[in-house]
Amino acid sequence: MFVLVVGGGKVGYYLSKELIENGHEVVLMEKDRARADQIADEIGSIVVAHDGCEGKYLGEAGCARADIVAAVTGDDEDNLVICQMAKHHFDVRRTIARVNNPKNEALFRHLGVDEIISPTRMILGSIEQDIPVHELLHLAALGEGELEIIEAHLQDGSPAVGRAAGDLAMPEGCSLFAVIRDGVATPLRPDMTLRVGDKVIAIGPSECEELLHEQLIGDDPEAVTPRR
Amino acid sequence: MKIVIVGCGRVGSVLAEAYDAAGHEVIVVDLSTRAFDRLPGEFRGSAVRGDGTDEDTLRRSGAEGADAFLALTEGDNRNVMAAQVATEKLAIGHVLAKINDPVRAAAYAELGIATVCRTTMLADAVSGFLGLPPSGIPSMIAPRGGHHGGHEHQPLGSSAGAPAGGEG
Repeated sequence: MFVLVVGGGKVGYYLSKELIENGHEVVLMEKDRARADQIADEIGSIVVAHDGCEGKYLGEAGCARADIVAAVTGDDEDNLVICQMAKHHFDVRRTIARVNNPKNEALFRHLGVDEIISPTRMILGSIEQDIPVHELLHLAALGEGELEIIEAHLQDGSPAVGRAAGDLAMPEGCSLFAVIRDGVATPLRPDMTLRVGDKVIAIGPSECEELLHEQLIGDDPEAVTPRR
Repeated sequence: MKIVIVGCGRVGSVLAEAYDAAGHEVIVVDLSTRAFDRLPGEFRGSAVRGDGTDEDTLRRSGAEGADAFLALTEGDNRNVMAAQVATEKLAIGHVLAKINDPVRAAAYAELGIATVCRTTMLADAVSGFLGLPPSGIPSMIAPRGGHHGGHEHQPLGSSAGAPAGGEG
């Protein structure tokens, strides 16, 4: 596969390196000449020392025959333009943009970028998993982001505790599919009685988060205090 | 009419001053408050410090319901992004982005964004001065229809006393 990577920061550098090790053809565009030379010294002459936002240079770098264009610079507007130019001007099938400001995720999808990588959101997600700031943890977004995998940590005061999973009124389009109890993950059966300490894994549209919260965490403000 | 200008550089500030003096409601957005030093003391419009590519910032600055949106910062890509936010999120009808890279300007015109390209504009002006033929590339490209299936680009303010422009 031929992958055109734009942006030679840490992400672009390691991405290119890894792609090459896996046998792919890579061209990396980095507009800072010193940085471009440095990368070329380390991983070979795959570097084009030009601005990947400029149509002329994108063309010269072979954008028109790229299978994938990955825009991973530190500037969201640059990444957007690189992907849009690749998609609409060079007919590249698959475009990937790094989105630094999580606010821009939906906009970029709306504007036609195929894949969004949001380092900020990933870091926040990892930190939230270590510090239980919310009782509902977002584990992953699926598809275009309309479906989410959510973990609910059941605590004292949760209306779900002591009830069978099948008896809970779940919001439409939402299902509970697994439970982690004492560190062991098992599929959630309808007859299983939920206990304090259970981590229930749910999948559903992001809008039903509030209802899930009501069902699994409860409205009791006491229960909002994180406990682990 | 209500005109939003993102980027209070040389072009942005000149237009802001002119449109304000002509009695239009002008909102200027720039990342730096220092840029507003270019505006004259008698400027009556609003000058908002903020990111013109950010939907929330634009809404807060009062850009909703604007008749025209001009993205005139120094960065082609900022202009492209701001223009798309204005078109897609704020549903502003007349949106123009300054794009100095001719290839990018043509590509975005295809996508339905009106673009103005200083590079070809200057090149043609210089050639004209020398009596040589112009580049043949249009420096001002009105959308030919993209996202919205192509609304015809009509010059604003052509019909004198348009009903929308009553608030002064």
